[in-house]
Order: sequence, then structure tokens, then C-alpha cells
Amino acid sequence: MHVLRRLFATLMTLITGVSFAAPAMAQAPRNWQLGMQTAASPVAERIHSLHDLVMVIITVITLFVAGLLVYVVWRFNAVRNPVPSKLSHHTGLEIAWTVIPVLILVVIAIPSFRLVYYEDRTQNADMTVKVMAHQWYWEYTYPDSGGLNFRSDWVQDADLKPGQLRLLEVDNPLVVPVGKNIRILTNSADVIHSFYVPAVGVQRYAIPGRTIETWVRVDRPGTYYGECNQICGTNHTYMPIAITAVPAAEYQAWEKTAKAKFAEGLPIPAPAQTSTETIRLAQVQH
Amino acid sequence: MTASTQDHAHDGHGYGHDGHHDHKPSFFVRWLCSTNHKDIGTLYLIFAIMGGLTGGALSIMMRAELAHPGVQIFSSGQHWNAVITSHGLLMIFFSVMPALIGGFGNWFVPIMIGAPDMAFPRLNNISFWLLPPAYVLIILGQVTGDGAGPGWTLYPPLSNSTFQGGPAGDFVLFALHLAGISSLLGAINFITTIFNMRAPGMTLHRMPLFVWSILVTAFLLLLAVPVLAGAITMLITDRNFGTAFFEPAGGGDPVLFQHLFWFFGHPEVYIMILPGFGIVSHIISTFSRKPIFGYLGMAYAMVAIGVVGFVVWAHHMYISGMDVDTRAYFMAATMVIAVPTGIKIFSWIATMWGGSIELEVPMLWAIGFIFLFTVGGVTGVVLANAGIDQVLHNSYYVVAHFHYVLSLGAVFSMFAGFYYWIGKMSGHQYPQTLGKIHFWMTFVAVNITFFPQHFLGLAGMPRRYVDYPDAFAGWNLVSSYGAYLGGVSMVLFVVICFMTFASKQKLADNYWGEGATTLEWTLTSPPAFHTFEELPRLR
Ligand code: HEM
Ligand SMILES: [Cu+2]
Ligand SMILES: [Cu+2]
Repeated sequence: MHVLRRLFATLMTLITGVSFAAPAMAQAPRNWQLGMQTAASPVAERIHSLHDLVMVIITVITLFVAGLLVYVVWRFNAVRNPVPSKLSHHTGLEIAWTVIPVLILVVIAIPSFRLVYYEDRTQNADMTVKVMAHQWYWEYTYPDSGGLNFRSDWVQDADLKPGQLRLLEVDNPLVVPVGKNIRILTNSADVIHSFYVPAVGVQRYAIPGRTIETWVRVDRPGTYYGECNQICGTNHTYMPIAITAVPAAEYQAWEKTAKAKFAEGLPIPAPAQTSTETIRLAQVQH
Repeated sequence: MTASTQDHAHDGHGYGHDGHHDHKPSFFVRWLCSTNHKDIGTLYLIFAIMGGLTGGALSIMMRAELAHPGVQIFSSGQHWNAVITSHGLLMIFFSVMPALIGGFGNWFVPIMIGAPDMAFPRLNNISFWLLPPAYVLIILGQVTGDGAGPGWTLYPPLSNSTFQGGPAGDFVLFALHLAGISSLLGAINFITTIFNMRAPGMTLHRMPLFVWSILVTAFLLLLAVPVLAGAITMLITDRNFGTAFFEPAGGGDPVLFQHLFWFFGHPEVYIMILPGFGIVSHIISTFSRKPIFGYLGMAYAMVAIGVVGFVVWAHHMYISGMDVDTRAYFMAATMVIAVPTGIKIFSWIATMWGGSIELEVPMLWAIGFIFLFTVGGVTGVVLANAGIDQVLHNSYYVVAHFHYVLSLGAVFSMFAGFYYWIGKMSGHQYPQTLGKIHFWMTFVAVNITFFPQHFLGLAGMPRRYVDYPDAFAGWNLVSSYGAYLGGVSMVLFVVICFMTFASKQKLADNYWGEGATTLEWTLTSPPAFHTFEELPRLR
């Protein structure tokens, strides 16, 4: 399937002259993008591979139906076929177009069940992050870091620094260590919101009075962007999400400064972007 | 289905036969106090066109806003939210439903089963006249204060009085109550009519598929609408009388509302599409000059879709924190619906197979319907996978999916029905060439508008956003150009309506020829004010 996707990307590049091939560290969506953002977690990877499978099946079905339509309109046009047949039953055909779709659905359903169970709960959680949604910002709590707690607001257009992404950038991203199983608990202080970070395959509603669990393990360092994805009032558009994944050592350093800054009530600086070298090192250390 | 009359219903009461008493009442009595199924059907159709034009105008406004990053047209996010809410509700309750069920259903169900009228003509009148006040309330909900903007799904707490204060929210809820009562009364009327007023010989298994589709739709309405009514009543009392059905602080549960809403909402999507299935079946058969392939399979596929449609509602709630086993169940049940849907698609194609196909304007719309509904259907299979939906839920992929089945599917069946029957209903034929241009323009426009939205959704663009990150600019601009072209084709449709009524061409009873076999084609065009004063008998 990955071969197919690469083929498709090359094809589109050729046709449009725009590069669709994903650069190695791409995390934000790109203009004219056709598919999903590059997967950065095992869940997202599995979502991609199931989606690739289903995508092939539905493309074939759609082309098949379209082809049949074009063919019958051409072949059985009144000009070409002035005398209509009276055929209106064919048990074999009717059984075929009932049974074959059932088989196709079974082919989809088996990996699909596996995926939905895989996505469900945190296996061997290394840490927990509590996500509290507010109109219109996110609040993050780290119970394993002595209740470290801060809020994350969007960066208004006027405050954007060069290179920052409008409507995606936040002042305090959710910082997590790379390669750790992180339990995410969503909740809301007012209306329903949705914690949605597609590149890492995460989405859960944040509903007042109910705690919902999901999980993530970010495989590659970097910042991944998401948005509130459930209508939540006038500023629904303006509460983006950013998750910054850093190697364990860097994470500990950040934790320390964050605790200090939080205690002083100052904004917490995001850790600097990690270079690819440090990533490799970090992975070796695991 | 071959249903022909023995003693022809060619009565002497046509409009042209002045010598007879046609009991045509005065304008006021005829249109405002109407109890005649054809007149009420006409009222519904006019109403649906108005609703569609209003909702369509809002959609152009929305696409104009989304054409470029930044906020240009709307005054605030709330204003935006109010407009998407009105657009969704207008299109569903004030355009698609009135056109397909109230309009074509009223016109042709009694005629197709050989009944002189609906079972409860006065109830029929009430059903219609509840809608205009409901429409006014929706508009009031849009223009009062900042407008009510909880989305058409009305999820609390956003829809409760804390977050949607003021009368606007209540206007919208009362509008839905009125529209709901209207649908419910209509459903009761259709079920009674179809079960009790069929002409001798018109057994259930000889009933035209359009009648079957309305019968199934009426049952869906009967079972689904009361659940919506219950949910919005609780919402109204939460808003105004201090109850806490959906208020966690008072022991209530916002997720309960989602369950109730979608227990109605999912059947609702089939309520919108089933009558379209019926219409398309007639048109495909007529212009292939062949009886419909697998008639019984077609009828029971609709019944199956209706039944299964009631046990899949929570596929809209995969990320509401439901238990994983529950998600797995709803996933499996949802995929099952693809099977009867596939039966329908393939049976239509098999009907065309071996036929003698005439690409008249209604046939173009019907074939367009089959293709676009297939596209919307297969993306539905993608979304049915709870695992994938985790990253597609509420994204533009969903917007693309439901517009392919609704804005393209249901609306194409409405236009198909319009071109198929307008001659029968009005006695005036539409202009051929313009009709074809209208089809092609709309077909191109909707695809340009909605196909790129799949890409936006896959890339992670959330729905109900007044502004978006710059990376989504490209496809949004394309989509907006598509919508502008769609706006032009809407204007063209209005022009076609006027030209149709201006045409002087005389129409034969069965102007489509031997392919059209249902009872309406045995009547004059337009039919007499009272049809079937003598019951037709089916061989
Ligand atoms: C002229 C063609 C149409 C265009 C350009 C159009 C455009 C749009 C847009 C831009 C949205 C907002 C998406 C969002 O921000 O989430 C929307 C929402 C919606 N549309 Fe349409 N639309 C069209 C026709 C229709 C039709 C015919 C129907 C139904 C039969 C329909 C049903 C809906 C519904 C249910 C929503 C969701 C409203 C909500 O989020 O509460 N639309 N449409
Ligand atoms: Cu939101
Ligand atoms: Cu549904």
C-alpha cells in the first residue's frame, strides 16, 4: 500500500508540478495536500494502512460502477439498441451482488476491529496527561509531575513570529516525551469540545462531567498540530492544539523549568526544536 | 411494475372540459384551505424551492467566506455558527423533506395507487401549513441577537441557555417541533392511505417503488420524529424551566442527548434519501423502456435499509467516549447497510442493461444520482470504520461525504423528479436544452465544490470553522469556485421554472411513451382537479 501511495504522490507531482512527497519531518498540513498528514504514532500508522486498504477497495468499486454506467449508456442507447429486452430477474446475479459486497465488508471489518481495539486503552501507560477544554483554550495537567498545570492559548495573528503557522500555533504546547505511552484523559469545563491531533491519530470529545480516555505514543520528535473539532461557540476556530514531542532527557529538563515557571505564574517556554541527530541518539538510548 | 388501468381514468373533468363541474374553488379556498392532495403537493414543492433558495443563498455566503483565509464576510464566529445551523436545518427540513415527501409524495402516492386523494385531506392541509411558521421561526432564530449557533445537531451544553441564551435558541427548537409535527402527521396520512386506499388489484407487491419508498419513509418518520421531539422538549425545559436532563451539574448527561438526537438523526438521513431511490427507480425504468430489475429485491432492500437504519445511530458518536465493544457493534451494523444499498445500485444498472436508453433530462439526473450516491456511499464505508473515523470525524471529509449523499444525491433525485413530472403536474414542458445545460452545470459544480473537501478532511481541516490555517487555502478556493458555479445553476433553474410555465406546448397523457407504466401516465397532463372518481382496476 505504501508503494501505491508513493506511486500516487509521484504521479500527482508529475501532473501538477507541486510536490506531494512528504518531506521527512513534515508535521503540519501542507497546501494542496491530498491525503492524511504523515503518521507520527503507531495508531496513526495503523489508521493509514487501514485507510489505504479501504481507499483501494472503494476506488475500485466507484470506478466499476462508473464504468458500468458509461458502458450501458453507450451500448444500450436507444439508437444502438432500439428494442429493449424484457429481462427483469436473474437470481444468480442478485445473489452475486449480495454475497460479494458481504465478502468485501468482511475483508474490511477484520483489520478494522483490530484497529478499534488497539486504539482504545493505554497499554502500560508511562504517564498521564489531563486535557481540560475551556471556551476557548486548552488546559493541560501532568499528574505525574506533581500536578504541573498550565493553559494553552492560540497565538493571535498580530503576535505571530515569522515561520509560525496561523491558527495552529499556541503559546504553550503540550510537551510529551518521545516513545512513551501516554494516557490522555479529556474533560471539559463548559461545552463539548474535541481534542483532535490527526498526525498522531488522536481524537476524543471533551465532555463536561465525563472523563474520556485515549492514548498516544509519539514516535518522532517534533511539533504536531491539531484543532478543536467540535463546535463550541463563537471562537471554535481559535483554539488550536500543539503537541511537542521531545527526547526523554529534554523532557525532564523541560519539566523542571515548567514547574518553576508555573509556580511563578510565568509563561512556559517551549523547548527548542530537536535536530535529527539528537532524535537518533534518543532512540538509541531507549 | 406494470400497472395499467382497465377502465381508463380519462374522466371528463379535465381543465379543458368546461361543460363539467370540476368543483374548482376560489383562490383563497383552493390554496389556503386546500384539502386536495395535488394542490397541497404543489404548495409543498413551491415551499421547498423557497427553502432551497434560502439555504442555498446561505451556502454561497459561507463558501464566499471560506474562499480565502481570514474572516471577511461574517461579523463573528457566532454569526458563522448561526448561518451553518440555519443552512443545515433549512436544507433538511425545509427543502429536501418538503420536496420529496410532501411534494412528490402528495402528488403521486394517491395517483399511483389509484386513490382519489389522501386518507385524511384536512390533516394533509395542517401538515403543510405548520411548515411556513416553522420556517419563519428558523429565520427568526437566525436574525435575533447573534443568532442561534449550536449546529443542526443542537448538542447541549452549547445549545442550553447558558451558552445560547436569548430567544433565538428557543425559536429554532420550536421550529423543529412544528416541522416535526408536520412530518408526523404527514407520515400517519401516508401510511393510512397506502394501507387502506389502494385500488382493487393493487397489492403491496404490485405497488410502484416510489410508493414503497414513501411507505418506508413514513414508518421511519413515525418512529424517529417522536424521539427528536422528546429530546428537544427536554432541551426546552432545560433552557427555560430549570430541569437538568442534559446538565451534568444537575445529574444530567450531555451524551444522552447525542443518543436521542442520532436515534432520530440517522433514520433522518434515510428519510431524505429513500424517496429519491423511489423516484430514480421510476425514471431509470421509464427511459430504459424496461421494467425495473429485481422489483421485490428493490422493495425489500428499502425495507432493510429502514430497519437497519434504526440500529446504527451511534456511528456518529465514535469519539464520545463509548465503550469499545459498543463501537465495534455499531461499526459492524453500519457496514451491513452497504449491502442493501449495493443491491439498489446494481439493480438500477441491471435495469438499464439491455434497455433502450433515452437520455432525456430526468434520466441524466437519475444517472448522475447513481454515480454521486455511489461516491457518497463508499466514503460512508470509510467513515463507518470507527478506527479511521477517529481522525476523520467532524472533518471536512464528513462534510464532503454528507453533501455527496444529500446535496448531490437527494437534490439530484429532486431535480430528476421535477423534470420527470413537471409536465404531468403543470401541463407545461420544460425547455430541453436548458434542462440539459442545467444538469451538466450542476454536476460539474457540485463535484468541484465537494470533491476537494475530501482532501481537506484527510489533511485535518475541521468542519464548522469560519477561518482555517493557511495550508488549507488551495482546495478551499477551488471548492468556493465550484459553489459559485452552483449558484449560477440555481439561477438557471429559476429561469427554467419560469420558461416552463410560459411554454404553450400541449402535452399528451403519457408524454414519455411506453416506458412509463404507472397510473399517473393514464391521466391527462395536468390531471383533473379530482382524479379517480371511478376507481381504476388493475389487471
Ligand atoms: C449549494 C450547495 C451547497 C453548498 C455549497 C453547501 C455548503 C456547505 C457548507 C460550507 C457547510 C458548512 C460546513 C462546515 O463549516 O461545517 C455546509 C454544512 C451543511 N450542509 Fe451544505 N451546502 C450545500 C447544499 C446542501 C444541501 C442540499 C444539504 C442538505 C440536503 C446540505 C446540508 C448541510 C448540512 C446538514 C450541513 C451541516 C450543518 C451543521 O454543521 O450544522 N447542504 N454546507
Ligand atoms: Cu471548538
Ligand atoms: Cu448516520
